[in-house]
This record gives sequence, C-alpha cells and structure tokens, in this order.
Amino acid sequence: MFSAKIWRESPQRYRLEAAKCLGCGKVFFPPRLVCLGCRGREFEKRFLPWRGRVLTFTVIHTAPTPFVDMAPYCIAIVEVEEGVRLTCQLVDVDLEAVEIGMEVELEFRRIQSNQSDGVLCYGYKAVPGGGE
Amino acid sequence: MAVGIIGYGTYIPRYRIRVEEIAKVWGMDAENYKRGLMLRQKSVPAPDQDVITMSVEAARKALRRAGIDGSEIGSVYIGSESHPYAVKPSGTVVAEALGATPEVHCADFEFACKAGTEAMFVGYSEVKAGTVRYALAIGADTSQGAPGDALEFSAAAGAAAYLFGAEGVAVEVLQAYSFMTDTPDFWRREHQHYPRHGGRFTGAPAYFRHATGAALRILEMTGKRPEDFRYVVFHQPNGKFPVTVAERLGFTREQYETGLLAPTLGNTYSGASPMGLAAILDEAGVGDLILMVSFGSGAGSDAFVLRTTERLLEIRDKAKRTRDQLDKNQRYIDYATYAKFRGKIRKR
Repeated sequence: MFSAKIWRESPQRYRLEAAKCLGCGKVFFPPRLVCLGCRGREFEKRFLPWRGRVLTFTVIHTAPTPFVDMAPYCIAIVEVEEGVRLTCQLVDVDLEAVEIGMEVELEFRRIQSNQSDGVLCYGYKAVPGGGE
Repeated sequence: MAVGIIGYGTYIPRYRIRVEEIAKVWGMDAENYKRGLMLRQKSVPAPDQDVITMSVEAARKALRRAGIDGSEIGSVYIGSESHPYAVKPSGTVVAEALGATPEVHCADFEFACKAGTEAMFVGYSEVKAGTVRYALAIGADTSQGAPGDALEFSAAAGAAAYLFGAEGVAVEVLQAYSFMTDTPDFWRREHQHYPRHGGRFTGAPAYFRHATGAALRILEMTGKRPEDFRYVVFHQPNGKFPVTVAERLGFTREQYETGLLAPTLGNTYSGASPMGLAAILDEAGVGDLILMVSFGSGAGSDAFVLRTTERLLEIRDKAKRTRDQLDKNQRYIDYATYAKFRGKIRKR
C-alpha cells in the first residue's frame, strides 16, 4: 500500500473519524464529501465509539496476498451506533464462536505490513467484548 | 506544586505460551526453569500487534482515567527496545491515534528494559519544570529471545502508559532518581534479530548492583525505610530476581506480591516495572507509599517514590485493570504457532 494512501486514510483508521451531515444528520464512515441523503456538502467531524455489535460476518480461507498468513480469518460488519457500520477483521477469537449480534470492542492493530521494508498500515480491528 | 500521575493504563495481548511448551521443543527441563526462574507462562503478541498498537491501547486507557482529551497532551515519549521501525518514531503514530498532533513534542527512547521509566522520568520532569501541561510516557515491548535460549522462556509483550500532570494528581511523585554505569550485560547489535547476553553476568554486577544502588539511594534521599512502604515493585526479568532484591533490601512478600506479574506474564522489558506499578495502583488505598525501581541492561535503574491520593479511587475503575487482562480470556498456543506469530519461521 502506497504511503500517501495510508497517510490520507489515517484519521478514519486511527481515530474512527466520521462525518455527520449538517443538512440531514446522517453519519458517514468513512467520511464523504457529498451526503448520499440530501447531497449536502457541509459536515461536522465526529468520533465513533470503539465498540459495537456484529451485524454479519464471513470467514476468509483464500486471502489476498497481504493477508495470506492470517487465513482463515473473520471479516465482520460491525454496527458501532445505530445505522453506522464498518467492515473489519474480528481477531483473537475462535472462528466457530463468532455469532451475529455478539458484542465486540475495536482495538488498534497493524492492518498491513507491506513486506519487511514498507510503511506499516495501522487501524482498527474488532475483538470479542462484553465479557472481558 | 504536587506533580504526578493523573492517568494510567496497560495492555496485555491475549495469547500465552507455557514454559512446558517451549522446554519440550528444546529438550530442556521445564520444572527446572519454572522453579529456577519462577516463570509459568508468558504473553505473546498476535501477528498484528507491536509496540505501537499496544502503546495506543494502553494510552487510551490512561486518557480515559485522567479524563482529558488527547489534544491536551504536550509530549509523547515511548520507551522500547522493539520499536517497529529502525527509522521513524513510534510516537508519531501513537500521538496521531490519540489526537495529540500537531502541537506535541515526541521522542522514542531506548535503554533495554528501562526505556519505559526513562520516558516517565522525562515526562514527569517536564511537567515539574512547567514546559508542558500533560506528558504521556509509555513503556512497551514485544521482545524476542533466540530460539532455544533461556531468554525465550521470559521475553514477553505488554505496555503501560502514564500521564503526568499537576492537576488531578492520583499518584504524587515524591522523588525520582537514576543510577547508571556502563555495564555490558545484554546487547543487540544493529541488524541482529536476537539479543545476546552475558549469562550469569546479568545478575550481580548488572541487575542487582543497579537495582540495589538506586533503591538504597532514593531511600536515603527521602529519609524512608522499607517498612514505610505499602508496596514495592522492581524490574522483573523473571519471577526470581525481583523477589531476591526485594528481600535483600528488607521488603516483605506483602509489599512485593501485588506488583509481581512476571510469573504469569513473563518479562515485558520496558513495560515490566511500569505494568507492575499499574497492578499496584489498581488495588492501592489512599496515602500509600510505593517504591518503584526499574532496571535496563547496559546498565541502569530509575527509582521513584510515589504516594497515592484520593483521586486514585475516582479514576481506577474507568478502564480495564491489569490483573483482569492478565488472568482472563487467555488464548494458549503451541510452539509452532508461537514461532509463526513471532516470525521465527523463515519463509524465503
């Protein structure tokens, strides 16, 4: 992954920065320039909570090159607040224990290493929550 | 003006490997190591964890406890011997993740196992000098021992973060002191994957001389005696060294056991004594005196005499406690998985 792309996406990956439309109140993550609801262009910055629930998930067995060493792994769509969803890995979990509706917390993790000499890409991943 | 800790937090990865599992692979006697080093298991970072990720998690807990915003942090110091980059600071990523940029001073520290308390020493001094309002000091490591080396039983992963300030002080720093010489007991040369050490030379002239020297001198400076302290925490490269030095100095089990994490955590290097201190703060009462002494090979010790305030009781339940992270939700792995996670298997 190109270092400029990692840098450009860091506000959302590092701090869960979302954009709330000042026209209709819809929250977008990742942030957008134009609102899909009312086509407004004015947004306010908003930080999403680092916890949520699994809306749905799948298990990846045939992974893209940067993630081959992690396979099989779980990719989940996590709802962090009403209507705001994000897609990420669910880690530190037994794959057979993953369920729709399970509580998760988001943790700061390394997303891609870009071989041994590239820029490291960091961001959020989900881990089992609630019971801890 | 009282200056001290206004927030603290730790992070421990969930994976663990038992001493038996490592000993079996290298034909070593597990019971001998468990007894000799007082170690039962150690933490292992997941493949997507490193000093930066653990530092962010520990620091977010510290911010939550302190009740301040990341943008208010004036300096970010991370002490580690396993920074993910050889060139490029860990602190830039951590500061960015906490929302502390761009008005922040940042540096990565390195001094084997005492880099974390070095960061604390500098952060505390800056607040005391009035150059910053809040300083964040972190000790974190994902250290490695060479396969088959005794160090493999102990080299673990974890992080502790401390926020220093002059308002809302939960733990007052009464004295900070540093004791250091040039003693080559443990080292890693550039481009080397694993460190080397002087075996038994790491004991008397290195760990014990510096930890004892720092402890005795800070006791003298503050006019305190061992019995004045409710708790004591020493650097814990294994379970045995900190107990030996504590008892030699006249401290009792009741004083050192709360902060002794090594038997089930391993040695988290720069995180070790700071994480032990966090476990103490999770349980301490008001007005308790605490002595903390780190040790870093090369070699030196930083010592702190600390006193808890009523504020500690208000902040400590705002984040996950250290012992809960250590004792709950562990995921035990075998040696092959450990070798894969830690990059010990050469793929090409």
